[in-house]
Amino acid sequence: MSTYTTEESTVEVAAAVDAPSAERLSSLDTLESEAIHIIREVVAEFEKPALLFSGGKDSVVMLHLATKAFWPGKVPFPVLHVDTGHNFPEVIDFRDRTVERLGLKLVVGSVQEFIDRGELAERADGTRNPLQTVPLLDAIQRNKFDAVFGGGRRDEDKARAKERILSLRDEFGQWDPRNQRPELWNLYNGRHTVGQHVRAFPISNWTELDIWRYIERENIELPSLYYAHEREVFARDGMWRAVGEVSQPLPNEDVITKLVRYRTVGDMSCTGAVESDARTVADVVVEVAASTLTERGATRADDRISEAAMEDRKKDGYF
Amino acid sequence: MSTETLASGLETALPTTLFRFATAGSVDDGKSTLVGRLLHDSKAILADTLDAVARTSADRGFGGEKGGIDLALLTDGLRAEREQGITIDVAYRYFATDRRSFILADCPGHVQYTKNTVTGASTADAVVVLIDARKGVLEQTRRHLSVLQLLRVAHVIVAVNKIDLVDFSEQVFRDIEADVQKVARELGLGSDGVADLLVVPVSALDGDNVVDRSERTPWYTGPALLEVLETLPAADELEAELESFRFPVQLVIRPQGALAPDAVAAGLDVEAYRDYRAYAGQITEGSVKLGDEVSVISPGHEPRTTTVIGIDFAGQSLEEAAAPQSVAIRLADEIDIARGDTIAAAGTVRESTADLYASLAWLSPKPLREGQKVLVKHGTRTVQALVRNVTGKLDLATFNVEPASNLELNDIGHAQLRLSAPLPLENYLHHRRTGAFLVIDPIDGNTLAAGLVKDHPGDHEDERYVI
Repeated sequence: MSTYTTEESTVEVAAAVDAPSAERLSSLDTLESEAIHIIREVVAEFEKPALLFSGGKDSVVMLHLATKAFWPGKVPFPVLHVDTGHNFPEVIDFRDRTVERLGLKLVVGSVQEFIDRGELAERADGTRNPLQTVPLLDAIQRNKFDAVFGGGRRDEDKARAKERILSLRDEFGQWDPRNQRPELWNLYNGRHTVGQHVRAFPISNWTELDIWRYIERENIELPSLYYAHEREVFARDGMWRAVGEVSQPLPNEDVITKLVRYRTVGDMSCTGAVESDARTVADVVVEVAASTLTERGATRADDRISEAAMEDRKKDGYF
Repeated sequence: MSTETLASGLETALPTTLFRFATAGSVDDGKSTLVGRLLHDSKAILADTLDAVARTSADRGFGGEKGGIDLALLTDGLRAEREQGITIDVAYRYFATDRRSFILADCPGHVQYTKNTVTGASTADAVVVLIDARKGVLEQTRRHLSVLQLLRVAHVIVAVNKIDLVDFSEQVFRDIEADVQKVARELGLGSDGVADLLVVPVSALDGDNVVDRSERTPWYTGPALLEVLETLPAADELEAELESFRFPVQLVIRPQGALAPDAVAAGLDVEAYRDYRAYAGQITEGSVKLGDEVSVISPGHEPRTTTVIGIDFAGQSLEEAAAPQSVAIRLADEIDIARGDTIAAAGTVRESTADLYASLAWLSPKPLREGQKVLVKHGTRTVQALVRNVTGKLDLATFNVEPASNLELNDIGHAQLRLSAPLPLENYLHHRRTGAFLVIDPIDGNTLAAGLVKDHPGDHEDERYVI
C-alpha cells in the first residue's frame, strides 16, 4: 500500500506496494487518520483556532499531527501555553525550540501575572494546576480564539470519557455534561454563537500506550524528563517530587537521588516522578504497557484531591 | 495489559487493528457488569482503579459475607450523575488484546435510549445488545434492534446475560434465541447481507463466555463474546473494499511559498512546491490509486472528470490509499475545487439532488415541524433546508409506520426536505458515510437529528414519497 522501509529485501517491499489494498490499517494509522480529519475540520470551519501546547507528550503529539495534516504548508494556527510559573525549565526550553523550529506564533497566558495583579490567589497546597483556568479563558477571549485544540484523552479520566470530541463551552468556558450535542458518524458540528467557543480533542480515542507507540514510530522528540534520569527527589503523598525552587522538602522529608522519569508533565508543584530505568522511547513503551497504575493516579496530586476533581475543573472551564 | 500479553505481542510484532463497538441495554440487564468484566478480564483496569473499586465495594457491602468486587463500579459515572440519579449519555472506554485495540461506546439504556443508541451505533463496527435471561426479549430489546437495523450496524451481537441465574438452562437460551431471530426476521435484520446477528449466552457476573468459553454451557459451541469481537471484520475494512471511491474535500492545501520551516530544513525542494495544490480529506469508502479517473462533484457544475496524479501524506507519496485514510490528492487538470466538493470514482455518483428523502432519528427536545427551516450537514458541506413534510413515524415496538406530522425527542420518522443546493446524496443502505447527515438548528447550532438518506428521488415518480 504505502512505501515502508524495512530491512527485508527490496523485492518484498515492491510486492507490498503492488499488492491490492487488502491489508487493514493498524490501529495507530486509523487513530492518526481520525485525528487529522478532525484537525482539518476545525481549521476549515472555524475562524481562529489555537492549539494548547504545554510541551507535554499529548500536546507534542497533537502538534506533530497538525504538521502532517497541512504538509507541506505551515501549521495554520498559533499555539497557546498557560504558564503556571512552576514549569520544569527543560520543558519551557523545549517549548521555545519547537515553536522556533515550526515557525509558529506562541501565545502565553501567565498564572504568575494574575497572582501578581491580585486576580488569582495562591492555594494553600501550593498547587497551581487548577489556577490555569482563568488565564486560559482570558487568553481565549483576548485573542478571540473560537476553537482551542487540546490533547485530552478519554482514557485519562471518567469526566473526559464522557466529553465530546468537539466540546462546546459557554461564555465562561464551562462544560455542561448534561447538555452535550450527540456526536454522530464522523460529522462534527462546531456551530457556536458569539461568546461561545469549542474545545477540540482530536486524540480523544488514543490511550497512553498509543501515544507512546506513536512517539516511537514517528521518532518524535520530547522533553528529556520523560526519560529516566538521576534527580534529587523526596517522597510526598506516595509520589517522588523533584526538589526545585517551588517544590521544597519539609524538614521530615529526606532528599535522595533516584533514577526517575515523568509520566505526565505539569506544574512542578503537583507532578510526581516515577522510579524508572526507561532511558529510551522503546523502554518507555515496554514500561507503560506493563504498568499497573493509571498515569494520573500515579503522578498527579491535583487529581487525588477528590474522585471528581477533573469533573469539577472541567465544569469551571479547565482544559 | 499484563506482561505476559505484552511479551507475546512483541514476539509476533503484528500491529493491532482498531475495532469500535457499543453496548446497548439497561442497568438491570447487567450491562455495567458486562462492561466491567470485559475491562477487568482483558486487564485494562489498572491497580489503583481496582483498589478504589474494591474499597467502594466493601463500603457498600457488596457480595455479603463473601465479599468481592462490584465490577459495575468500574463504569460508575460522574458525580453529577450520581447526585442527580441520571445517566449522561455515552461514555467511551478502551482496552486491548494482542489482536485488537477496542473502543467501547457504553450507551445507557433506560433514559433516552434512542438518542444514545443512535449516537453509539453511528460509529460502531458492532453493537452488543443485552438481554436478561430471566426476562427474555422485552419491548426495549425490540426497540434496540430496530434502531440497529435502521443504522445498518454491520454486526449485532445479542448477549443473553445472567445465564447463571437460570441454571445454565439450554432450553431458556434456545427459546430466547428463537425469539431474537423472530424479531430480527420481522425487522429484516441479518437477512439483507448488510448485517449479521449472533446470540451468545453469558454470565457477566462470573465471566462465563465473556472472555473465555465456559464449561458450564457445554451445549453452546460458539465463540465467547471477546473472541467474536476480535475476529469480526471492522466496518472500515468492509468500506475500504467497496468499489465506489468517495472523498469529500475538507480543504485545499496551497502553501503558495509559505512552506513548513521544518520541511524546508529537512531538504524539501522549495521550487518544486511553489505551485503545490492538493485536496485534503479522509477517504470515506473505497480506494484510489495513481492514474485513476475521478469525477469532481460540485454544486452548479456537471461532474468534471480528471485523473489522480498524486496521493500525498505528510511527505510520503503513496501509490494507493483506502478508507479511512486521511490524505491529500493532486489532480491532473486545474479545476476549481473547494471545501464541500466530492471527489469520486468516475461515473459512479448519481446526479446531485436538492430533494432529500430521509429517515430522521430526532435527538432534540425541540420537536420537528413541517415548514421548519434547518441546516443539513452532509460530508463537508452544510446547506439550508426546508422540511416539506413528515411522512410518518416508526413505532419501534411493532415496526409499523404511523401517520405523523411532527417528530419529538427519540422518535424515528420519515421526512422530505428541500435543500438550498443540490448534494450528491446516496442511499444510506449502501453508503454509511455519504448516506448520513446531521440536521442542525440554525438558531442555536445544536444537533437536532441524525439523518439517513433513504432513496434517490429519481427512484420515485410521486411528489410525496410514500414509505
